Amino acid sequence: MATQHSRAAARLMISPAVILLLLWMIVPLAMTVYFSFLNYNLLMPGAHNFIGFENYKYFVTNPAFITALINTLVLVGGVLLITTVGGTLLALLLDQPVWGQGIVRILVIAPFFVMPTVSALVWKNMFMNPVNGLFGWIATSFGFAPFDFLSQAPLFSIILIVSWQWLPFATLILLTALQSLDSEQVEAAEMDGAGPFARFFHITVPHLSRAATVVILIQTIFLLSVFAEILVTTNGGPGNASTNLTYLVYAQSLLQFDVGGGSAGGIIAVILANIVAIFLMRMIGKNLDA
Amino acid sequence: MGQITLSKVVKRFGDVEVIPPLDLEINEGEFVVFVGPSGCGKSTLLRLIAGLEDVTDGHISIDGQDATELPPAKRRLAMVFQSYALYPHMSVRKNIAFPLKMAKMDQAEIDKRVDGAAKVLNLGDYLDRRPGQLSGGQRQRVAIGRAIVREPAAFLFDEPLSNLDAALRVGMRLEISELHARLQTTMIYVTHDQVEAMTMADKIVVLQAGRVEQVGSPLELYRAPRNLFVAGFIGSPRMNFITGAEAEAHGATTIGIRPEHISIVPEGGTWTGKVVVSEHLGSDTFLHVDIEGREEPMTVRGDGEVPVRHGDTVQLSPDETKIHRFDAKGLRIE
Ligand SMILES: Nc1ncnc2c1ncn2[C@@H]1O[C@H](COP(=O)(O)OP(=O)(O)OP(=O)(O)O)[C@@H](O)[C@H]1O
Ligand SMILES: [Mg+2]
Repeated sequence: MATQHSRAAARLMISPAVILLLLWMIVPLAMTVYFSFLNYNLLMPGAHNFIGFENYKYFVTNPAFITALINTLVLVGGVLLITTVGGTLLALLLDQPVWGQGIVRILVIAPFFVMPTVSALVWKNMFMNPVNGLFGWIATSFGFAPFDFLSQAPLFSIILIVSWQWLPFATLILLTALQSLDSEQVEAAEMDGAGPFARFFHITVPHLSRAATVVILIQTIFLLSVFAEILVTTNGGPGNASTNLTYLVYAQSLLQFDVGGGSAGGIIAVILANIVAIFLMRMIGKNLDA
Repeated sequence: MGQITLSKVVKRFGDVEVIPPLDLEINEGEFVVFVGPSGCGKSTLLRLIAGLEDVTDGHISIDGQDATELPPAKRRLAMVFQSYALYPHMSVRKNIAFPLKMAKMDQAEIDKRVDGAAKVLNLGDYLDRRPGQLSGGQRQRVAIGRAIVREPAAFLFDEPLSNLDAALRVGMRLEISELHARLQTTMIYVTHDQVEAMTMADKIVVLQAGRVEQVGSPLELYRAPRNLFVAGFIGSPRMNFITGAEAEAHGATTIGIRPEHISIVPEGGTWTGKVVVSEHLGSDTFLHVDIEGREEPMTVRGDGEVPVRHGDTVQLSPDETKIHRFDAKGLRIE
């Protein structure tokens, strides 16, 4: 797109898509912002008076808010940690030439195709349930008391479930990155006297950093809004122990029919997501520069 | 330091024998060039010496010590790869310092050696750049820098110049030769370019299908090629081969005569033919002459000013003392 003319033509050509996307995004956002300033409760029909920042104040001063905020960050951070580290290790494993590699790879990717509600239910009932679950059975057969994951460590359990779902994604992307590592580079490092660990940290990890950045950015977007897994397993409880922001908004607007409060929560969640995004780009965004 | 001996080295990939039993002696301080057509096993042989491939059978010893089972890092050899294999996320300085850092050398010594290498290779201005910001020739120099800082027993080069353009290749060729003259360290250099082999080597090893066809100094190979393959491979343009009655007259199955040993005579020449192509290089002229009863045109080298054009008829006469004779098996007859 060198000339002025072709640049103008290009802008014209992409404008329908850009405008459509903009509307797609702007309209719901504007509506949400609008609702968040109203006193709008479905249980009190008729009265939609403008109340300024009252909804925001109410949402932020709610004692559950801080807990939900911390839970959201812990959830995102925990899952990111497990999936990038686990994904790197799995990718290293899958990169080794073994018999039946193709099938193993498909198996590893499989969890990604299971929908969140289903996988959360499977984990809840078949693994973590203290009476019927596999973990409980293992514990009892060794003579220990079964551990009730979802009530003793609700947030950790949810982190486990979500990590299980996202591990394949991380593994897949890191595996392709690993396969693009120039073998001569590894051999050069070998000749330079770098042992397996030095090679991993000096050659492989920097090579994977770009892919890992992509993994982290994409996962963060989705992890900030984890919902189904919480709804199906703990319902945000016990108390608020596993409530994240998304779930809090849901509890606010749908369980209490408070559209205005829920909208305010939604806007706060959007703002927080942007803050997280800015931090992330500051920290790891430079990895994406060529 | 830097004497390498291969005895009965064999390499098989699955059922394919890439290197049949091979013996080779590389002396201290020598510049040895492995040359041969593509796929003949030059890189494989180099990687066996480096330890990047395991030998299937046989022994490799370095400085009198059995190195067959030693890992690459312990062999005290440095390798320059065809793709340079620089570490893209490290600056030039860090790239060159990497082997020293791995050897846990102290920082002051590392800095001293890196600066020394940078000076030798004219890399001073680029030390803080990344490999991606360098030209091909500069990258090549960084790769060489990374090899020399370790002060290895021998250098291994795998077609280091094949990614460079012609002018740069000649320049780097000289630089590597100078480096060898200065360091006096053994160098093993792989190429399929016989000009590189001739100009740089103390000793050329001609390989074909993993077999050593001949080992010798460039001039030995040029003057007395042991068989048809070497005769055809060394020398540019290629030697002309003649079979049939003319060869039998010399008591051989095939005779060979190099283009530079044929002269154009006004009359009374051995062969008469028509010029199909004449390549004027300024310093030389290469004529391709079609001769009755011969399938390939005969190549002849004349001086730069030969007044011959396409389509002219010329008479050719070989220098009888420079004719190479080969028997039915393709071996040289003295
Ligand atoms: N890992 C491998 N597995 C199987 N065969 C191999 C392997 N590496 C090399 N070969 C075979 O060994 C032979 C020699 O290969 P090598 O790379 O040594 O050739 P080369 O002389 O370096 O050729 P070039 O000049 O094209 O680089 C080739 O026929 C190649 O197909
Ligand atoms: Mg090769």
